Amino acid sequence: MKISYYPGCTLKSKAANLEAAAVAALATLGIDVEEIDRWNCCGAVFSLTADDLIHQVGPVRNLVRAKEQGATQLVTLCSMCYNTLARANRIMRDDAVKRDTINRFMDEEIDYAGEVEVVHLLTFLEREVGWQKIREKVKVPLEGLRVAPYYGCTLQRPADVGIEPFGSFHLMTGLLEALGATVTPFAAADTCCGSYQVLNGEAGARSTAAVILDNAAASGAEALATSCPLCEYNLGKQQGRLLEAGQITTAVPTFYFTQLLAVALGVAPESCLFDLNSAASLDLLKTKNCLVAA
Amino acid sequence: MCDADNTTTKKTIRVATGDRAILPEGAKTIPIYIMGKKYDVPETLTIMKAMEFAGFKFLRGAGCRGGICGACPTVYRMAGDYKLHYGLACQTVVEANMYLAQIPFFPANRAEYNIEEIGGAAEAIHALYPELFRCVACNLCTKACPMDVDVLGYISALKQGNIKKAAQLSFDCIQCGLCASRCMGEIPQYHIAQLARRVYGRYIQPRAEHLAKRVEEIESGKYDAMLQDLSAMSKEELEKCYVEREREPDMTAPGAWQPKETRYL
Repeated sequence: MKISYYPGCTLKSKAANLEAAAVAALATLGIDVEEIDRWNCCGAVFSLTADDLIHQVGPVRNLVRAKEQGATQLVTLCSMCYNTLARANRIMRDDAVKRDTINRFMDEEIDYAGEVEVVHLLTFLEREVGWQKIREKVKVPLEGLRVAPYYGCTLQRPADVGIEPFGSFHLMTGLLEALGATVTPFAAADTCCGSYQVLNGEAGARSTAAVILDNAAASGAEALATSCPLCEYNLGKQQGRLLEAGQITTAVPTFYFTQLLAVALGVAPESCLFDLNSAASLDLLKTKNCLVAA
Repeated sequence: MCDADNTTTKKTIRVATGDRAILPEGAKTIPIYIMGKKYDVPETLTIMKAMEFAGFKFLRGAGCRGGICGACPTVYRMAGDYKLHYGLACQTVVEANMYLAQIPFFPANRAEYNIEEIGGAAEAIHALYPELFRCVACNLCTKACPMDVDVLGYISALKQGNIKKAAQLSFDCIQCGLCASRCMGEIPQYHIAQLARRVYGRYIQPRAEHLAKRVEEIESGKYDAMLQDLSAMSKEELEKCYVEREREPDMTAPGAWQPKETRYL
Protein backbone atom coordinates (compact mmCIF):
# COMPACT_ATOMS: atom_id res chain seq x y z
CA MET A 1 0.00 0.00 0.00
CA LYS A 2 1.18 3.52 -0.78
CA ILE A 3 0.28 6.60 1.18
CA SER A 4 0.73 10.25 0.25
CA TYR A 5 2.53 11.92 3.07
CA TYR A 6 2.95 15.50 4.21
CA PRO A 7 5.94 15.80 6.60
CA GLY A 8 6.14 19.43 7.76
CA CYS A 9 9.28 21.50 8.33
CA THR A 10 10.09 20.39 11.88
CA LEU A 11 10.06 16.73 10.88
CA LYS A 12 12.93 17.50 8.52
CA SER A 13 15.06 18.99 11.28
CA LYS A 14 14.42 19.04 15.04
CA ALA A 15 11.79 16.30 14.97
CA ALA A 16 13.39 14.04 12.37
CA ASN A 17 12.84 11.20 14.87
CA LEU A 18 9.06 11.52 14.55
CA GLU A 19 9.33 10.96 10.79
CA ALA A 20 12.19 8.45 10.64
CA ALA A 21 10.48 6.09 13.09
CA ALA A 22 7.17 6.35 11.21
CA VAL A 23 8.70 5.62 7.81
CA ALA A 24 10.62 2.62 9.19
CA ALA A 25 7.59 1.30 11.09
CA LEU A 26 5.24 1.67 8.12
CA ALA A 27 7.73 -0.19 5.91
CA THR A 28 7.48 -3.20 8.22
CA LEU A 29 3.70 -3.02 7.80
CA GLY A 30 4.11 -3.08 4.01
CA ILE A 31 3.21 0.58 3.58
CA ASP A 32 5.25 2.84 1.27
CA VAL A 33 5.40 6.42 2.39
CA GLU A 34 5.37 8.75 -0.60
CA GLU A 35 6.25 12.30 0.35
CA ILE A 36 4.37 14.79 -1.81
CA ASP A 37 6.55 16.95 -4.05
CA ARG A 38 7.06 20.68 -3.54
CA TRP A 39 5.31 21.03 -0.21
CA ASN A 40 5.70 24.15 1.89
CA CYS A 41 5.15 25.08 5.52
CA CYS A 42 1.65 24.09 6.72
CA GLY A 43 1.19 27.49 8.32
CA ALA A 44 2.09 26.08 11.77
CA VAL A 45 -0.78 27.78 13.59
CA PHE A 46 -4.28 28.10 12.17
CA SER A 47 -5.30 31.74 11.87
CA LEU A 48 -8.47 32.41 13.85
CA THR A 49 -9.24 35.70 12.14
CA ALA A 50 -12.24 34.99 9.93
CA ASP A 51 -11.17 37.10 6.95
CA ASP A 52 -7.42 36.48 7.21
CA LEU A 53 -7.42 34.28 4.13
CA ILE A 54 -3.80 34.86 3.20
CA HIS A 55 -2.80 32.58 6.06
CA GLN A 56 -4.90 29.78 4.53
CA VAL A 57 -2.97 29.96 1.26
CA GLY A 58 0.03 28.03 2.65
CA PRO A 59 -1.91 25.01 3.89
CA VAL A 60 -4.22 25.02 0.86
CA ARG A 61 -1.22 25.03 -1.49
CA ASN A 62 -0.11 21.75 0.09
CA LEU A 63 -3.56 20.28 -0.45
CA VAL A 64 -3.39 21.44 -4.07
CA ARG A 65 -0.05 19.62 -4.39
CA ALA A 66 -1.62 16.46 -3.00
CA LYS A 67 -4.57 16.72 -5.38
CA GLU A 68 -2.45 17.37 -8.47
CA GLN A 69 -0.25 14.41 -7.53
CA GLY A 70 -3.27 12.15 -7.45
CA ALA A 71 -3.75 11.74 -3.70
CA THR A 72 -7.16 11.23 -2.15
CA GLN A 73 -5.73 11.02 1.37
CA LEU A 74 -2.87 13.05 2.78
CA VAL A 75 -1.32 11.49 5.88
CA THR A 76 0.40 13.68 8.47
CA LEU A 77 2.25 12.88 11.68
CA CYS A 78 2.69 16.23 13.36
CA SER A 79 -0.35 17.35 15.38
CA MET A 80 0.06 20.97 14.35
CA CYS A 81 0.42 20.24 10.63
CA TYR A 82 -2.60 17.96 10.88
CA ASN A 83 -4.65 20.65 12.56
CA THR A 84 -3.69 23.47 10.20
CA LEU A 85 -4.14 21.40 7.04
CA ALA A 86 -7.42 19.83 8.18
CA ARG A 87 -8.93 23.18 9.13
CA ALA A 88 -7.87 24.84 5.89
CA ASN A 89 -9.38 21.85 4.11
CA ARG A 90 -12.71 22.43 5.87
CA ILE A 91 -12.77 26.01 4.63
CA MET A 92 -12.12 24.90 1.06
CA ARG A 93 -14.75 22.19 1.24
CA ASP A 94 -17.49 24.05 3.08
CA ASP A 95 -17.17 27.78 2.45
CA ALA A 96 -17.92 28.61 -1.16
CA VAL A 97 -17.07 32.31 -0.87
CA LYS A 98 -13.69 31.80 0.79
CA ARG A 99 -12.92 28.91 -1.54
CA ASP A 100 -13.53 31.13 -4.54
CA THR A 101 -11.40 33.94 -3.13
CA ILE A 102 -8.51 31.62 -2.36
CA ASN A 103 -8.71 29.81 -5.70
CA ARG A 104 -8.71 33.13 -7.55
CA PHE A 105 -5.71 34.37 -5.60
CA MET A 106 -3.84 31.14 -6.34
CA ASP A 107 -4.40 31.53 -10.07
CA GLU A 108 -1.18 29.65 -10.87
CA GLU A 109 -2.61 26.49 -9.29
CA ILE A 110 -5.43 24.12 -10.13
CA ASP A 111 -8.71 24.88 -8.36
CA TYR A 112 -9.24 23.09 -5.07
CA ALA A 113 -12.48 22.30 -3.25
CA GLY A 114 -11.47 19.99 -0.42
CA GLU A 115 -11.11 16.85 -2.55
CA VAL A 116 -8.21 15.48 -0.48
CA GLU A 117 -8.83 14.09 2.99
CA VAL A 118 -6.28 15.07 5.63
CA VAL A 119 -5.63 12.06 7.84
CA HIS A 120 -3.52 11.78 10.97
CA LEU A 121 -1.40 8.64 11.13
CA LEU A 122 -3.21 7.45 14.28
CA THR A 123 -6.51 7.53 12.41
CA PHE A 124 -4.89 5.88 9.40
CA LEU A 125 -3.44 3.06 11.50
CA GLU A 126 -6.78 2.24 13.10
CA ARG A 127 -8.82 2.58 9.93
CA GLU A 128 -6.53 1.13 7.25
CA VAL A 129 -4.31 -1.27 9.18
CA GLY A 130 -6.19 -2.10 12.35
CA TRP A 131 -4.95 -2.78 15.85
CA GLN A 132 -5.26 -6.54 15.38
CA LYS A 133 -2.88 -6.61 12.44
CA ILE A 134 -0.42 -4.39 14.28
CA ARG A 135 -0.65 -6.68 17.32
CA GLU A 136 0.25 -9.60 15.07
CA LYS A 137 3.25 -7.78 13.63
CA VAL A 138 4.74 -6.83 17.00
CA LYS A 139 8.17 -8.37 17.47
CA VAL A 140 9.19 -6.71 20.73
CA PRO A 141 6.07 -6.21 22.86
CA LEU A 142 6.37 -3.18 25.12
CA GLU A 143 5.42 -5.35 28.05
CA GLY A 144 5.60 -3.71 31.42
CA LEU A 145 6.06 -0.24 29.92
CA ARG A 146 3.48 2.12 31.40
CA VAL A 147 2.75 4.87 28.88
CA ALA A 148 0.61 7.99 29.23
CA PRO A 149 -1.15 8.84 25.94
CA TYR A 150 -0.70 12.60 25.61
CA TYR A 151 -2.82 14.44 23.01
CA GLY A 152 -2.13 18.09 23.78
CA CYS A 153 -4.39 20.64 22.11
CA THR A 154 -4.42 20.16 18.40
CA LEU A 155 -5.39 16.54 17.84
CA GLN A 156 -8.90 17.04 19.19
CA ARG A 157 -9.65 20.73 18.91
CA PRO A 158 -11.81 21.96 17.32
CA ALA A 159 -14.30 19.10 17.25
CA ASP A 160 -14.92 19.23 13.49
CA VAL A 161 -11.32 18.24 12.71
CA GLY A 162 -10.50 16.31 15.90
CA ILE A 163 -9.14 12.82 15.30
CA GLU A 164 -11.61 11.70 17.97
CA PRO A 165 -14.09 13.40 20.28
CA PHE A 166 -12.78 15.65 23.00
CA GLY A 167 -12.19 13.64 26.18
CA SER A 168 -11.71 10.37 24.32
CA PHE A 169 -8.25 8.87 23.84
CA HIS A 170 -9.04 5.58 22.20
CA LEU A 171 -6.76 5.95 19.17
CA MET A 172 -3.46 6.24 21.01
CA THR A 173 -4.75 3.87 23.69
CA GLY A 174 -5.63 1.28 21.05
CA LEU A 175 -2.22 1.61 19.43
CA LEU A 176 -0.23 1.42 22.66
CA GLU A 177 -2.22 -1.60 23.85
CA ALA A 178 -1.66 -3.32 20.52
CA LEU A 179 2.07 -2.76 21.04
CA GLY A 180 1.83 -4.50 24.39
CA ALA A 181 2.27 -1.42 26.56
CA THR A 182 0.21 -0.64 29.64
CA VAL A 183 -1.75 2.54 29.08
CA THR A 184 -2.02 4.88 32.04
CA PRO A 185 -4.80 7.39 31.39
CA PHE A 186 -4.28 10.74 33.06
CA ALA A 187 -6.26 13.91 33.54
CA ALA A 188 -3.78 16.22 31.82
CA ALA A 189 -3.78 14.28 28.54
CA ASP A 190 -5.42 17.17 26.73
CA THR A 191 -3.90 20.04 28.69
CA CYS A 192 -1.84 22.48 26.63
CA CYS A 193 1.92 21.84 26.95
CA GLY A 194 2.65 25.56 27.17
CA SER A 195 3.03 25.84 23.41
CA TYR A 196 4.83 28.90 22.04
CA GLN A 197 4.47 30.59 25.42
CA VAL A 198 7.88 29.09 26.05
CA LEU A 199 9.27 31.93 23.91
CA ASN A 200 7.88 34.92 25.77
CA GLY A 201 6.51 33.54 29.02
CA GLU A 202 8.91 30.75 29.79
CA ALA A 203 8.06 30.48 33.49
CA GLY A 204 4.38 29.98 32.71
CA ALA A 205 5.09 27.38 30.04
CA ARG A 206 7.38 25.46 32.36
CA SER A 207 4.90 25.37 35.21
CA THR A 208 2.23 24.10 32.77
CA ALA A 209 4.61 21.39 31.60
CA ALA A 210 5.39 20.50 35.21
CA VAL A 211 1.67 20.03 35.97
CA ILE A 212 1.29 17.65 33.01
CA LEU A 213 4.39 15.59 33.84
CA ASP A 214 3.48 15.45 37.55
CA ASN A 215 0.01 14.31 36.68
CA ALA A 216 1.33 11.63 34.32
CA ALA A 217 3.78 10.36 36.96
CA ALA A 218 1.06 10.35 39.63
CA SER A 219 -1.11 8.19 37.36
CA GLY A 220 1.71 5.66 37.24
CA ALA A 221 3.22 6.51 33.85
CA GLU A 222 6.89 5.84 33.18
CA ALA A 223 6.75 7.30 29.70
CA LEU A 224 4.70 9.76 27.73
CA ALA A 225 3.69 9.41 24.07
CA THR A 226 3.00 12.41 21.86
CA SER A 227 2.62 13.29 18.17
CA CYS A 228 3.61 16.94 18.41
CA PRO A 229 7.15 18.37 18.17
CA LEU A 230 6.19 21.42 20.21
CA CYS A 231 4.75 19.26 23.01
CA GLU A 232 7.88 17.12 22.82
CA TYR A 233 10.00 20.23 23.20
CA ASN A 234 8.13 21.56 26.24
CA LEU A 235 7.64 18.20 27.95
CA GLY A 236 10.68 16.26 26.75
CA LYS A 237 13.60 18.49 25.85
CA GLN A 238 12.84 20.88 28.73
CA GLN A 239 12.22 18.10 31.24
CA GLY A 240 15.80 18.00 32.53
CA ARG A 241 15.51 21.66 33.52
CA LEU A 242 12.23 20.97 35.34
CA LEU A 243 13.90 18.17 37.27
CA GLU A 244 16.94 20.30 38.09
CA ALA A 245 14.75 23.15 39.30
CA GLY A 246 12.74 20.75 41.45
CA GLN A 247 9.53 21.62 39.57
CA ILE A 248 8.95 17.90 39.06
CA THR A 249 10.40 15.04 41.07
CA THR A 250 9.87 12.05 38.77
CA ALA A 251 11.22 11.78 35.25
CA VAL A 252 8.70 10.76 32.58
CA PRO A 253 10.73 10.24 29.40
CA THR A 254 8.88 11.30 26.26
CA PHE A 255 8.48 9.50 22.93
CA TYR A 256 6.80 10.11 19.66
CA PHE A 257 4.11 7.47 19.22
CA THR A 258 5.86 6.49 15.99
CA GLN A 259 9.03 5.61 17.93
CA LEU A 260 7.13 3.26 20.23
CA LEU A 261 5.41 1.74 17.19
CA ALA A 262 8.74 1.26 15.45
CA VAL A 263 10.63 -0.38 18.33
CA ALA A 264 7.71 -2.72 18.99
CA LEU A 265 7.69 -3.73 15.32
CA GLY A 266 11.36 -4.62 15.64
CA VAL A 267 12.88 -1.56 13.95
CA ALA A 268 16.48 -1.01 15.07
CA PRO A 269 16.71 1.85 17.61
CA GLU A 270 19.25 3.63 15.36
CA SER A 271 16.49 4.09 12.78
CA CYS A 272 14.33 5.86 15.37
CA LEU A 273 16.87 8.66 15.96
CA PHE A 274 16.65 8.53 19.75
CA ASP A 275 19.57 10.95 19.89
CA LEU A 276 16.99 13.67 19.20
CA ASN A 277 15.07 12.67 22.35
CA SER A 278 16.54 13.28 25.77
CA ALA A 279 18.90 10.51 26.84
CA ALA A 280 16.43 9.18 29.40
CA SER A 281 14.11 7.97 26.63
CA LEU A 282 16.44 5.39 25.10
CA ASP A 283 17.70 4.42 28.57
CA LEU A 284 14.15 3.60 29.66
CA LEU A 285 13.57 1.33 26.65
CA LYS A 286 16.86 -0.45 27.37
CA THR A 287 15.93 -0.92 31.02
CA LYS A 288 12.55 -2.30 30.03
CA ASN A 289 13.99 -4.61 27.37
CA CYS A 290 11.86 -2.97 24.73
CA LEU A 291 14.53 -2.92 22.03
CA VAL A 292 15.15 -5.50 19.37
CA ALA A 293 18.38 -7.45 19.98
CA ALA A 294 21.22 -5.98 17.95
CA MET B 1 5.20 79.11 -45.83
CA CYS B 2 3.49 75.90 -44.95
CA ASP B 3 5.19 72.65 -43.87
CA ALA B 4 4.31 70.78 -47.00
CA ASP B 5 6.16 73.30 -49.15
CA ASN B 6 9.11 73.14 -46.81
CA THR B 7 9.53 69.39 -47.08
CA THR B 8 9.41 69.43 -50.85
CA THR B 9 11.83 72.26 -51.32
CA LYS B 10 14.35 71.65 -48.53
CA LYS B 11 15.49 68.17 -47.49
CA THR B 12 16.16 67.98 -43.74
CA ILE B 13 19.22 65.97 -42.81
CA ARG B 14 18.43 63.88 -39.73
CA VAL B 15 21.29 62.88 -37.49
CA ALA B 16 21.14 60.11 -34.95
CA THR B 17 22.35 61.33 -31.60
CA GLY B 18 22.78 59.63 -28.22
CA ASP B 19 19.13 59.94 -27.35
CA ARG B 20 17.60 59.87 -30.80
CA ALA B 21 17.52 56.97 -33.18
CA ILE B 22 16.59 57.04 -36.85
CA LEU B 23 13.73 54.75 -37.65
CA PRO B 24 14.11 52.55 -40.71
CA GLU B 25 11.86 53.40 -43.64
CA GLY B 26 8.32 52.19 -42.93
CA ALA B 27 9.10 51.06 -39.41
CA LYS B 28 5.99 50.46 -37.35
CA THR B 29 5.74 52.10 -33.97
CA ILE B 30 3.65 51.13 -30.99
CA PRO B 31 2.64 53.14 -27.94
CA ILE B 32 4.14 52.21 -24.61
CA TYR B 33 3.91 54.01 -21.28
CA ILE B 34 7.15 54.53 -19.39
CA MET B 35 6.49 55.64 -15.83
CA GLY B 36 3.03 56.69 -16.96
CA LYS B 37 4.05 58.77 -19.97
CA LYS B 38 3.26 57.68 -23.50
CA TYR B 39 6.02 57.13 -26.05
CA ASP B 40 5.79 55.74 -29.54
CA VAL B 41 8.60 53.29 -30.06
CA PRO B 42 9.51 50.86 -32.84
CA GLU B 43 8.05 47.43 -32.33
CA THR B 44 10.54 44.57 -31.94
CA LEU B 45 12.76 46.58 -29.59
CA THR B 46 13.46 45.28 -26.11
CA ILE B 47 12.16 47.39 -23.24
CA MET B 48 15.67 48.65 -22.60
CA LYS B 49 16.26 49.73 -26.19
CA ALA B 50 12.76 51.19 -26.39
CA MET B 51 13.48 53.31 -23.32
CA GLU B 52 16.73 54.48 -24.84
CA PHE B 53 14.87 55.23 -28.07
CA ALA B 54 12.46 57.30 -26.02
CA GLY B 55 15.36 59.31 -24.65
CA PHE B 56 16.15 57.64 -21.35
CA LYS B 57 19.77 57.11 -20.51
CA PHE B 58 20.74 54.33 -18.14
CA LEU B 59 23.31 55.29 -15.53
CA ARG B 60 22.21 52.43 -13.27
CA GLY B 61 19.81 49.63 -14.04
CA ALA B 62 21.63 48.35 -17.10
CA GLY B 63 24.47 45.89 -17.04
CA CYS B 64 25.27 42.95 -19.23
CA ARG B 65 22.34 43.46 -21.64
CA GLY B 66 22.43 39.71 -22.02
CA GLY B 67 19.83 38.64 -19.46
CA ILE B 68 22.16 37.41 -16.78
CA CYS B 69 23.34 40.27 -14.56
CA GLY B 70 19.99 41.10 -12.96
CA ALA B 71 20.38 44.87 -13.22
CA CYS B 72 17.25 45.66 -15.26
CA PRO B 73 14.21 44.08 -13.60
CA THR B 74 11.02 45.61 -14.95
CA VAL B 75 7.41 45.47 -13.83
CA TYR B 76 4.76 45.97 -16.46
CA ARG B 77 1.07 45.70 -17.04
CA MET B 78 -1.00 45.68 -20.17
CA ALA B 79 -3.61 48.41 -20.50
CA GLY B 80 -7.05 47.17 -19.49
CA ASP B 81 -5.77 44.30 -17.33
CA TYR B 82 -4.95 44.32 -13.63
CA LYS B 83 -2.35 41.57 -13.89
CA LEU B 84 1.26 42.53 -13.28
CA HIS B 85 4.05 40.97 -15.31
CA TYR B 86 7.76 40.85 -14.68
CA GLY B 87 10.77 40.66 -16.92
CA LEU B 88 14.25 41.87 -17.66
CA ALA B 89 14.30 45.06 -19.72
CA CYS B 90 17.15 43.77 -21.87
CA GLN B 91 15.28 40.56 -22.74
CA THR B 92 11.61 41.47 -22.92
CA VAL B 93 10.25 42.82 -26.20
CA VAL B 94 7.86 45.74 -25.98
CA GLU B 95 4.19 45.26 -26.70
CA ALA B 96 1.61 47.87 -27.53
CA ASN B 97 0.00 49.55 -24.52
CA MET B 98 2.49 48.24 -22.02
CA TYR B 99 2.78 50.26 -18.82
CA LEU B 100 6.20 49.77 -17.36
CA ALA B 101 8.65 50.87 -14.73
CA GLN B 102 12.15 49.82 -13.81
CA ILE B 103 13.17 48.58 -10.38
CA PRO B 104 16.94 48.88 -10.72
CA PHE B 105 17.52 48.38 -7.00
CA PHE B 106 15.44 47.06 -4.16
CA PRO B 107 16.39 48.04 -0.61
CA ALA B 108 16.07 44.55 0.84
CA ASN B 109 17.89 43.63 4.02
CA ARG B 110 21.26 41.99 3.49
CA ALA B 111 22.88 40.46 6.54
CA GLU B 112 26.58 40.75 7.21
CA TYR B 113 28.49 37.60 8.04
CA ASN B 114 31.86 35.96 7.78
CA ILE B 115 31.39 32.74 5.86
CA GLU B 116 34.36 31.19 7.68
CA GLU B 117 32.71 31.75 11.05
CA ILE B 118 29.01 30.98 10.64
CA GLY B 119 29.27 27.22 10.11
CA GLY B 120 27.23 24.96 7.85
CA ALA B 121 24.04 24.50 9.88
CA ALA B 122 20.68 25.82 8.70
CA GLU B 123 20.31 27.56 12.06
CA ALA B 124 23.05 29.99 11.01
CA ILE B 125 20.91 31.06 8.05
CA HIS B 126 17.81 31.23 10.25
CA ALA B 127 19.69 33.44 12.74
CA LEU B 128 20.94 35.83 10.05
CA TYR B 129 17.55 36.03 8.37
CA PRO B 130 14.82 35.36 10.96
CA GLU B 131 12.33 37.04 8.60
CA LEU B 132 12.49 33.80 6.58
CA PHE B 133 9.78 32.48 8.88
CA ARG B 134 7.39 35.25 7.88
CA CYS B 135 6.70 33.37 4.63
CA VAL B 136 3.01 32.55 4.17
CA ALA B 137 3.56 30.63 0.92
CA CYS B 138 1.65 33.20 -1.16
CA ASN B 139 4.05 32.40 -4.02
CA LEU B 140 4.17 35.98 -5.37
CA CYS B 141 7.98 35.66 -5.31
CA THR B 142 7.90 32.73 -7.72
CA LYS B 143 5.40 34.51 -9.96
CA ALA B 144 7.67 37.57 -10.11
CA CYS B 145 10.88 35.73 -10.95
CA PRO B 146 12.10 36.55 -14.49
CA MET B 147 14.32 33.45 -14.36
CA ASP B 148 11.51 31.02 -13.43
CA VAL B 149 13.26 30.09 -10.20
CA ASP B 150 11.05 28.22 -7.72
CA VAL B 151 11.55 30.89 -5.06
CA LEU B 152 8.89 29.54 -2.70
CA GLY B 153 10.51 26.14 -3.16
CA TYR B 154 13.93 27.26 -1.95
CA ILE B 155 12.48 29.35 0.87
CA SER B 156 10.51 26.27 1.97
CA ALA B 157 13.65 24.13 1.72
CA LEU B 158 15.50 26.52 4.02
CA LYS B 159 12.68 26.46 6.56
CA GLN B 160 13.10 22.69 6.49
CA GLY B 161 16.86 23.05 7.00
CA ASN B 162 17.71 21.72 3.53
CA ILE B 163 20.55 23.97 2.36
CA LYS B 164 21.55 21.71 -0.52
CA LYS B 165 18.07 21.79 -2.01
CA ALA B 166 17.88 25.57 -1.58
CA ALA B 167 21.27 26.01 -3.26
CA GLN B 168 20.23 23.86 -6.18
CA LEU B 169 16.75 25.38 -6.61
CA SER B 170 18.14 28.92 -6.50
CA PHE B 171 21.05 28.27 -8.86
CA ASP B 172 19.59 30.36 -11.70
CA CYS B 173 18.94 33.39 -9.47
CA ILE B 174 20.41 36.59 -10.91
CA GLN B 175 19.80 38.68 -7.76
CA CYS B 176 17.43 41.13 -9.44
CA GLY B 177 15.31 41.46 -6.31
CA LEU B 178 11.85 41.23 -7.89
CA CYS B 179 10.98 38.41 -5.46
CA ALA B 180 11.67 40.65 -2.49
CA SER B 181 9.75 43.51 -4.06
CA ARG B 182 6.59 41.39 -3.99
CA CYS B 183 7.03 39.76 -0.59
CA MET B 184 4.47 40.62 2.06
CA GLY B 185 6.78 39.09 4.65
CA GLU B 186 9.57 41.51 3.68
CA ILE B 187 11.87 38.55 3.10
CA PRO B 188 15.02 39.25 1.05
CA GLN B 189 14.80 35.91 -0.76
CA TYR B 190 17.66 36.51 -3.19
CA HIS B 191 20.13 37.47 -0.48
CA ILE B 192 19.13 34.43 1.59
CA ALA B 193 19.56 32.21 -1.46
CA GLN B 194 23.02 33.60 -2.07
CA LEU B 195 23.94 32.85 1.53
CA ALA B 196 22.57 29.32 1.12
CA ARG B 197 24.72 28.75 -1.97
CA ARG B 198 27.77 30.10 -0.17
CA VAL B 199 27.17 27.89 2.86
CA TYR B 200 26.59 24.96 0.53
CA GLY B 201 29.82 25.64 -1.34
CA ARG B 202 31.86 26.24 1.79
CA TYR B 203 30.56 23.51 4.10
CA ILE B 204 28.43 20.92 2.31
CA GLN B 205 29.43 20.39 -1.31
CA PRO B 206 32.25 17.83 -1.62
CA ARG B 207 35.65 19.36 -2.37
CA ALA B 208 37.02 18.87 -5.88
CA GLU B 209 40.16 16.89 -5.10
CA HIS B 210 41.61 17.17 -8.60
CA LEU B 211 41.38 20.95 -8.29
CA ALA B 212 43.26 20.96 -5.00
CA LYS B 213 45.93 18.79 -6.61
CA ARG B 214 46.27 21.12 -9.56
CA VAL B 215 46.52 24.19 -7.32
CA GLU B 216 49.25 22.41 -5.40
CA GLU B 217 51.12 21.73 -8.64
CA ILE B 218 50.80 25.35 -9.72
CA GLU B 219 51.99 26.61 -6.36
CA SER B 220 54.93 24.22 -6.40
CA GLY B 221 56.12 25.92 -9.60
CA LYS B 222 55.47 23.07 -12.01
CA TYR B 223 54.20 25.44 -14.72
CA ASP B 224 56.51 28.39 -14.10
CA ALA B 225 59.01 27.41 -16.79
CA MET B 226 56.30 27.01 -19.44
CA LEU B 227 54.87 30.39 -18.58
CA GLN B 228 58.32 31.96 -18.80
CA ASP B 229 58.88 30.37 -22.22
CA LEU B 230 55.60 31.81 -23.44
CA SER B 231 56.35 35.22 -21.99
CA ALA B 232 59.73 35.30 -23.73
CA MET B 233 58.28 34.55 -27.18
CA SER B 234 57.91 37.20 -29.84
CA LYS B 235 54.43 37.99 -31.11
CA GLU B 236 55.13 35.97 -34.28
CA GLU B 237 56.37 32.96 -32.37
CA LEU B 238 53.38 33.16 -30.08
CA GLU B 239 50.95 33.33 -33.00
CA LYS B 240 52.61 30.36 -34.67
CA CYS B 241 52.47 28.45 -31.44
CA TYR B 242 48.80 29.30 -31.05
CA VAL B 243 47.82 28.41 -34.60
CA GLU B 244 49.69 25.11 -34.52
CA ARG B 245 48.49 24.10 -31.10
CA GLU B 246 46.92 20.71 -30.61
CA ARG B 247 43.25 21.02 -29.95
CA GLU B 248 40.77 18.50 -28.63
CA PRO B 249 38.10 17.96 -31.33
CA ASP B 250 34.60 19.20 -30.44
CA MET B 251 32.25 16.66 -28.86
CA THR B 252 35.03 14.24 -27.98
CA ALA B 253 34.01 11.76 -25.30
CA PRO B 254 35.72 12.54 -22.00
CA GLY B 255 39.11 10.80 -21.80
CA ALA B 256 39.01 9.64 -25.42
CA TRP B 257 41.53 12.21 -26.69
CA GLN B 258 45.16 12.67 -25.66
CA PRO B 259 47.59 15.26 -27.08
CA LYS B 260 50.76 14.07 -28.80
CA GLU B 261 52.79 16.54 -26.77
CA THR B 262 52.75 15.24 -23.23
CA ARG B 263 55.56 17.27 -21.66
CA TYR B 264 53.14 19.74 -20.12
CA LEU B 265 50.68 17.30 -18.62
